[in-house]
Amino acid sequence: MAGAPAFAQPSVVPVTVVGDAIPASLTGVPGDAARGRAIVTSRRSGLCLLCHAGPFPEERFQGTLGPDLRGVGARLSAAQLRLRVVDGRRLNPATTMPAYHRVDGLARVGNAWRGKPLLDAQAVEDVVALLATLTD
Amino acid sequence: MSRVAAGARVLALVAATVVLAASPACVQSDARRPGSATMSPQTRAMQRDDAQNPAMLWVADGEALWSRAAGPAGRACADCHGDARASMRGVAARHPAYDEASRRPVDLGQRIAACRQRHQQAGPLAPESHERLALEAYVALQSRGMAVAPPADPRLDAHRERGRALFHQRIGQLDLACAQCHDANAGKRLGGSTIPEAHPTGYPIYRLEWQSAGSLQRRLRGCMGGVRAEVPPYDAPDLVDLALHLASRAAGMIVDAPGVRP
Ligand code: HEC
Ligand code: HEC
Repeated sequence: MAGAPAFAQPSVVPVTVVGDAIPASLTGVPGDAARGRAIVTSRRSGLCLLCHAGPFPEERFQGTLGPDLRGVGARLSAAQLRLRVVDGRRLNPATTMPAYHRVDGLARVGNAWRGKPLLDAQAVEDVVALLATLTD
Repeated sequence: MSRVAAGARVLALVAATVVLAASPACVQSDARRPGSATMSPQTRAMQRDDAQNPAMLWVADGEALWSRAAGPAGRACADCHGDARASMRGVAARHPAYDEASRRPVDLGQRIAACRQRHQQAGPLAPESHERLALEAYVALQSRGMAVAPPADPRLDAHRERGRALFHQRIGQLDLACAQCHDANAGKRLGGSTIPEAHPTGYPIYRLEWQSAGSLQRRLRGCMGGVRAEVPPYDAPDLVDLALHLASRAAGMIVDAPGVRP
């Protein structure tokens, strides 16, 4: 891609886990819930609705591998949501849910995806902002 | 039909009925369900009725190719194997099998392609070519109603074991193993699709999404690409080893090829 310096920055920002949460924002820039909604409902970036159902009436096909996301913003704090999106394996090593902001410990990743997290740091913040609004 | 064969047919039907009647709440080794069990009634009807099953077009072409001479040897499959309805009965049910010449397991499509080169000296039958799929569908049809019967050949053991390990290895950017979807979450919905148990009883299939017939290898490559993993080339050992593992998981299930899938 013209102008996009290949290995300019590390693709994953380091996080500090406290208990079952990541209290600090990954970017310092507040997440945008509208962008988060677009990511969560996208079959190309978030892929969330492959596994989860949620209050997204415009999406006909929703999955049943994970818990319904309805009310998740009331059940969990933003800091707890952040850890679950960044790397749920730290809570449950056997989880089906992919770690969205992690690139190590993966095997046989396709060429196009190698070294890239599923979501970059700001996209994680956007998704967390959206999830936090799902309070009922 | 001989009395023994008729008896086997009836037993097979009874077994199939028991499998279909089993409640999804008790999916165990004795309640395994073929991919067709979770399909819509329309797609199931399409598979059940040969007049509606698009894969039967491949079968018809395969039947014609069976007795057509090919290559400088000027020989047809039928010149060596005779009537496929007798000589090919059970062949699909026991593949993948060990191939003496290449000293590797081969699946049915590879076996047909190898026969074509070694005995007909004809050009290679490329993976997913119309001819390979047509012959594979025609040969697979001859095992319809029989039980999947993986050979107890010790030369296959290491490959089968490798296939089992691959099935349980988390791969790709999505970090998912085949087993996580097909053992732990079969019957649940992944977006718009119901996750099947991944039994290879119906291959080759006609897939509505492909608007074409396709092999088990194509299906496996699709699942690998879906989790954003490296996709091995057609006929790669990984795909055959996985197919060996799938066949052993499905041992005793009834071959219902050629299948139809959404
Ligand atoms: C391949 C399946 C899959 C995908 C894709 C997936 N999840 Fe999950 N998710 C799960 C499962 C399964 C759980 C249950 C937790 C566990 O397994 O430990 C879960 C748990 C969660 C939780 C915790 C819910 C609770 O009530 O505790 C949140 C929040 C969540 N997912 C959000 C997301 C978001 C947002 C995305 C997309 C960016 C996503 N998930 C993508 C499978 C998935
Ligand atoms: C994220 C979930 C997921 C993973 C991981 C996955 N699959 Fe699948 N697989 C599916 C779904 C869903 C289908 C049904 C096809 C469809 O409707 O799209 C399927 C179909 C199949 C089928 C066809 C079954 C039939 O009845 O026709 C086989 C065989 C199969 N998968 C094997 C595998 C193997 C081997 C792997 C690992 C390399 C794997 N799958 C990984 C979700 C998955």
